Amino acid sequence: MKIHSLALAGALALGAQGATAQDLTVTSFGGAYGAAQKEHMIDPYVAETGTNILFEDYGGGVAEMKAQSESGNIQWDVVDIEVIDLERACSEGYVAVIDHSILPPGDDGTPASEDFIPEALHECGVGNIVWSIIFAHADDAYPEGGPETIADFFDTEAFPGKRGLRKRPQVNMEWALMADGVAPEDVYEALATEEGQQRAFAKLDTIKDDIVWYDSWSQAPVLLNDGGAQMVQSANGRIFAAIQDEGAPFSMVWDSHVYDLDVWAVMEGTDKEDTALDFIKFATRTVPLSGMQDVAYGPTRKSAQALLPEDVKQDLPTAHLDEGLKADGIFWADFGESLGEKFNEWLLQ
Amino acid sequence: MAASVSDAPEAPRAQARGALQGTGGAGTTAGPRAAGPKRLAPEDARNAAREVRRRRLRAFLFVAPLLVFIMFAFVAPIATMLMRSAYNPTVADLVPASLEAIEAWDGEGRPSDDVLTQFAVDLKRLANDRTSGQLAEEINRYLPGTSSVVKSTARGLRRVDDDTLATSGATLLLEANDAWSEPGIWRALRNAGQVYTASYYLTALDLEFARDGSIQQRDTQIYLKLYGKTLWMALIITLLTLILGYPLAFHMAHSSTSRANFLMVFVLLPFWTSLLVRTTSWIALLQTNGVVNSTLIALGLTRDPLELLYTQFSTIIAMTHILLPFMVLPLYSVMRGIDPSYMRAAMSMGSRPIPAFLRIYLPMSLPGLSAGALLVFIISVGYYITPALVGGTDGQMISNIIAFHMQQSNNWELAAALGSLLLLLIVALYWLYDRFIGAGNIKLG
Repeated sequence: MKIHSLALAGALALGAQGATAQDLTVTSFGGAYGAAQKEHMIDPYVAETGTNILFEDYGGGVAEMKAQSESGNIQWDVVDIEVIDLERACSEGYVAVIDHSILPPGDDGTPASEDFIPEALHECGVGNIVWSIIFAHADDAYPEGGPETIADFFDTEAFPGKRGLRKRPQVNMEWALMADGVAPEDVYEALATEEGQQRAFAKLDTIKDDIVWYDSWSQAPVLLNDGGAQMVQSANGRIFAAIQDEGAPFSMVWDSHVYDLDVWAVMEGTDKEDTALDFIKFATRTVPLSGMQDVAYGPTRKSAQALLPEDVKQDLPTAHLDEGLKADGIFWADFGESLGEKFNEWLLQ
Repeated sequence: MAASVSDAPEAPRAQARGALQGTGGAGTTAGPRAAGPKRLAPEDARNAAREVRRRRLRAFLFVAPLLVFIMFAFVAPIATMLMRSAYNPTVADLVPASLEAIEAWDGEGRPSDDVLTQFAVDLKRLANDRTSGQLAEEINRYLPGTSSVVKSTARGLRRVDDDTLATSGATLLLEANDAWSEPGIWRALRNAGQVYTASYYLTALDLEFARDGSIQQRDTQIYLKLYGKTLWMALIITLLTLILGYPLAFHMAHSSTSRANFLMVFVLLPFWTSLLVRTTSWIALLQTNGVVNSTLIALGLTRDPLELLYTQFSTIIAMTHILLPFMVLPLYSVMRGIDPSYMRAAMSMGSRPIPAFLRIYLPMSLPGLSAGALLVFIISVGYYITPALVGGTDGQMISNIIAFHMQQSNNWELAAALGSLLLLLIVALYWLYDRFIGAGNIKLG
């Protein structure tokens, strides 16, 4: 079914490409995040250069890049990609190598190589934001004080209630081990072994009956809101937006959060590579990056972080990096598929 | 579907038959005519043959656009899928020399230094082409955890000059990572190097090749369970649509035309509504503080909200709702064509209503019933979006795991094998159906 529609989509796109007059196609994740990017990166760039930009959404992953690369019909030029997927996209040749020396210095004059946080300069991408997967709870569910650590998340006696988790092994396996007492720096080493995986599943077993599984990040605040779950795993920006914009009575817990970066990358094989790089140079300058605070994601330039008000900084992942674990893209490239199968097997038990 | 040919009204059917014979077997139709009692004059025979050819061409032109569309949108993708499930030349294209060198290896210990050196040379080339990741992913499938070994080794070899590599490639490889001294990764390479392989099908059946080439159970048992569950759920959904749809279709078929049309709007209304809207409205109804739960609590039937959403229950109820029209429509149109005098005749001869219904009406409505049941069953076996949205853990079906391999693990070959098995399963069920009930009995209208 899927291959079928891909082939069809490819064919339609072949026809459509001739008709579009876009100078650049930029693809990102949409939602509030996409809106912030449009406001702070896309629109100012269009205003400055007069380039036509088609700003598209996708759901992440490398499947669509692989499809474009295999068919030789490259439709995207610039793509916002999670580092966890970038590793793969880069080594399989779907995105191009970027020469970091083209990046302009920060607005305070710091050279780009020092201004960006180290993880932000990847062979194939330039860091855009630091985002994080945290858990949040509904305030009214725990009037005498809510959960504060990841161990509390797994403690159904002290904190009864449903837990909303995204239905995939990523992050859940890490959390299970950390809640079971594994130090953050040992988590991935343990998960690479059979015993470590068993241990994680055993820990997940203890809350299995209380888990509500969801598929997309947008469902997390909804679950918390309608009472479907009392605690949920979520991208920090989604909960932040619910609290900030709708006054939702939620609390975020930063303990053992798993953070990752999003980067801008250029599709390999695009014939607009120069424009694409020019856009990335613009979008990762100090001021456009600092706009990402709108959705509570931390900018990857130190000079951009310096522009943020103190009270805002506290809600950004960049203020909590020492409490968290950096998602390991290399580990998940190794074990994503086999743990994905084992995870599904465990779900069916 | 075959049904669409057999359900055509009489006149077009004759035409269709003509077209079929015209394109396929003109010789057989021309034969008896020519051998008739009065032989045609040569000129007449030529004219007749020309006429047949012209008709054949015209018939072909009529169906040509559809034929092109079907080839393009249906046959080609399915052929690609079948191909992909057993044919994967990626590794063979990436490192042909290494695969040739490793052929002599007996599978124990580590291969000879020549093999290692050749592989190191290949790996450097891949690293510079930035295709080492593709090789890494393929090897990783056979031995999880090795993707990073291949990639990091490739990265390390990128800067080594060719001469050093040709002389001491083996040493460099062994220094880069211990895994290269183990046989496991080389076996994985050799297995991944097979261009034609049944291993994806084996995986899809929870099996794998043991080292001696025999077939054994995999550690992870998941796909057979999911196929079983998918079939079971499809069966329940089919029965539910039948229970709900049959009385409705019966009532509609026996009401006045205006009333039937009025009811028909309610059957068709969901048809005209977007699938996503229908699915998400079930979310609104079934969620913890949703309409159903608040009603139950307000009526005092339950104190704590019931867990309705993200369960097998919610998948079944939402899919039953969505697929109901596929059951009602063929049933209704067949029932509409049943002459009520048969029932009246049976009753006037003293039959009681229920036996009369069972012996007269039910058999006559069977073509519509089987068409509806087959449609609902086949559609629900491959359903994706509704289980993904309202299914939670319990409501997962095989299509969801196919999507996982398409979108997340990127194992398109395994996804293709799973899809091909699903196709095979449906063809087999259709064959069974044809064998015991007869596909000719299907009637959509």
